[in-house]
Amino acid sequence: MAEKYKNTLLSILVIILGLLAMYLISGVRPDIILRSIVISAFGSVYGISETLTKSIPLILCGLGLSLSFRASVWNIGAEGQLLMGAVGATWVTLYLIPNAPRLILILTMFIVGAILGGIWALIPAILKVKFNLNEIIVSLMMNYIAIEFVNYLVYGPWKSPYEWGFPYSTKFPPSAQLPRIFDTRVHYPTLILSIVLAVILYIILNKSKLGYEIRVVGDNIEAARYAGLDIPKIVLIVLLLSGGLAGLAGVGEVAGIHHRLRVASGISPGYGYTAVIVAWLGRLNPILILLVSFLFGGLLVGGDAIQVSLGLPGATINFINGLILIFILVQGTSKMRISYVRKRRSE
Amino acid sequence: MNAVFEILKATIPAGTPLLLGALGEIYVERSGILNLGVEGIMIMGAVSAFGVTAITGNVWLGILISAIVGGGIALIHAFNSITLKANQTLSGLALTMLGLGLSGLIGKRYIGMPLPNKIHNLPVLGLKDIPFIGQILFDQDPLVYISYILAFVFWFFLFYTRFGLELRSVGESPDVADSAGIDVSRIQYLAVFIGGVMAGLGGAYLSVAYAPAWIEGMTAGMGWIVLAITIFSLWKPERAVIGSYLFGGVRVLQYKLQPFGISPNILNMLPFIFTILVLMLASKEISRKKISAPSSLGIPYFREKIT
Repeated sequence: MAEKYKNTLLSILVIILGLLAMYLISGVRPDIILRSIVISAFGSVYGISETLTKSIPLILCGLGLSLSFRASVWNIGAEGQLLMGAVGATWVTLYLIPNAPRLILILTMFIVGAILGGIWALIPAILKVKFNLNEIIVSLMMNYIAIEFVNYLVYGPWKSPYEWGFPYSTKFPPSAQLPRIFDTRVHYPTLILSIVLAVILYIILNKSKLGYEIRVVGDNIEAARYAGLDIPKIVLIVLLLSGGLAGLAGVGEVAGIHHRLRVASGISPGYGYTAVIVAWLGRLNPILILLVSFLFGGLLVGGDAIQVSLGLPGATINFINGLILIFILVQGTSKMRISYVRKRRSE
Repeated sequence: MNAVFEILKATIPAGTPLLLGALGEIYVERSGILNLGVEGIMIMGAVSAFGVTAITGNVWLGILISAIVGGGIALIHAFNSITLKANQTLSGLALTMLGLGLSGLIGKRYIGMPLPNKIHNLPVLGLKDIPFIGQILFDQDPLVYISYILAFVFWFFLFYTRFGLELRSVGESPDVADSAGIDVSRIQYLAVFIGGVMAGLGGAYLSVAYAPAWIEGMTAGMGWIVLAITIFSLWKPERAVIGSYLFGGVRVLQYKLQPFGISPNILNMLPFIFTILVLMLASKEISRKKISAPSSLGIPYFREKIT
C-alpha cells in the first residue's frame, strides 16, 4: 500500500517537474497552455468534432498496438502501417478500380489498406520469427521507409498534374470520399468501424482461445512454450492484425479527410507513436482505449491550437506525450513488479 | 580512385556520431539495461551543444554541456529501469518523445541561426602524410580523433580492467555478480550514465561539427541506427567501429548518388533498409557463433530475499 502511495507521489512530481521545465523554456505558463488545449479541444462543437476526427486513427492504431503489446510483441510501427494503408486506399481509388460503384470501391479501399498495413507489420514479424530480430528496431525502420515511400509517390510517380506543383496525388472522385457528419470532418463510417472493432477485439481477447493464447504468450512465454503453443504463429497473427488495424486508420485519413495522398507528415502527425501511449494508458483494454483515444485526440487538437495561439513549436505535444508516458510508467511500476516476480518464481 | 578517396574521407565524419552513440550503448547493454532513448538523448545533445555555443561562443563548452545533458537525461532512464524496475522499452520510448519535444521547445530560437564557432579540421602532423589513409583518417576534426581514442579506451576498459569484468558479469548474471560482492545497481547506473554522455556527444557532433546547424529533429532516426549497430557489433567496441563507418558510408553514398537522378526519397530509405539487412547478417552470425546478447538484457534485477 505504502509502495503504491509513493509511486503516485513520485508520478505527480514527474508531471510538476516537467511542466516547470516547459515553463522555464517556453516562457508560457503551463496553466495557460493546458487551458488553451482544453478549450480548443473540448470547448466548442467544432473543437469536439475535430477531437473526434483525430481520435479515429488513434483508436484503430491503439487497438492494433494493444493486441500486440498483450502478446509482449513490441510493434512500434503503427505509423508506417497507417501510411501504407493510405497508400493502399489511394492505389485502389486512382489506379485499380476508379470507376467501381461506391460501396465496392470503399470496401475495397479498406480491405486493400488493411492488407498493406498488415504486410508492413508482417515484415518485422517474419524477421522476428525467422531471424530473431528485435521487432522494435525493425518496425521503426519500416516507419522511416514508409514515410519516404509516401513522399516518393507524391513527389514522383503519383504526383498530380492538376495541383499546381504541390506534392499531392490526384483528388479522389466523390464516390471514394467517405461521408461525414454534417459539415464536420468526422468521417463516421471509419468511426463506427473502429468502435465495432473495439468490441470485437474485446471479445476476442477475453472470450476466445486465440485471445487466451495471446495473453499466455504475453504474460509468460515459458509457460506458453511448455503448454505447446505455436508461438511463432501467434506472433505472426498478432502483428498481421495489428498492422491491418493501423492500415484501416490510414484509409480513413485519406478517404475521409484529405481525399488524396499527400506527404507523410500531412497525413499523420505521429498518430502511430501517440497510439503507443493510448494503448498503455488504456491498459491494453479495447474499451478503455476508445475513451483514452478521445482524450488524446483532444491533445492533438490542442497541440495545433497552441502553435497558432501561443506560438509554441509543434514539438510541445511530443514533450507532453513523453511526460504522460513516464507518468504511466512510474504509476504502474508496483503492479508490473508483481508480475515480474511471478515470472521469476515460475522459472 | 579519387571518387573512392572522397567517399572514404567523408565516411569518417558521417560515421562519427554513430560510433560515439554505439560505444555508449554497448556499455549500457553490457550492464543488462536496454536504453531505447538514444534518439531522444542524441537530439538533446545536439540542441544543447548548439545552444551553449551560440550563447557563449565557446564550442568546446557546448560539447561539454551536451555530454552532461546526455548523461543527465539518461539518469531518468536509469532511475526508471534500475530503481523503479519499470518497463525499459516504455521508458526508452518515453525518453525519445521527451527529447524530441524538449529539443523542439529549446531549439525554436536557433532555427536558421549560424553557429558563431564550429569545430574545424585539424590535420595531425606526421600522421596525415601516410599515403592514402593518412588523409582519410588524420585530416579530420578533433572530435573524430577523440572518437578514435574513445573507441580504444572503451575496448580496453571492457575487456582488460576490473570495471569491465564487473560490467560484463552484471549483464550476464546479476545474481552471481551480486553474491560476488559487486554493487549491481551502481554498475548499471554508471553504465547508463556513460551511455547518455556518449549519445549526447554524438548529438553534439551533428550540430557543431557535421551540419553545423540546428534543425528540428535533425537526428532523423540515427539513435535507432545506433541501437542496430550495437547489435551488429555483438556488443564489442571494436566491431562498433566497423558498423558505424559502414553506416557512415551508406550516408555518404546517399549524397553522392543524388546527381544521378535517383529520387532523394528513395535514397533516404537506404540507411533504414541497410539497417535491416545488417541486422539479418548479424543474427546469422550470432546463431552461428552461438553468442548472445547479455543474458539479463532488459530484465530488471531483483535481489532475492534471503529466507
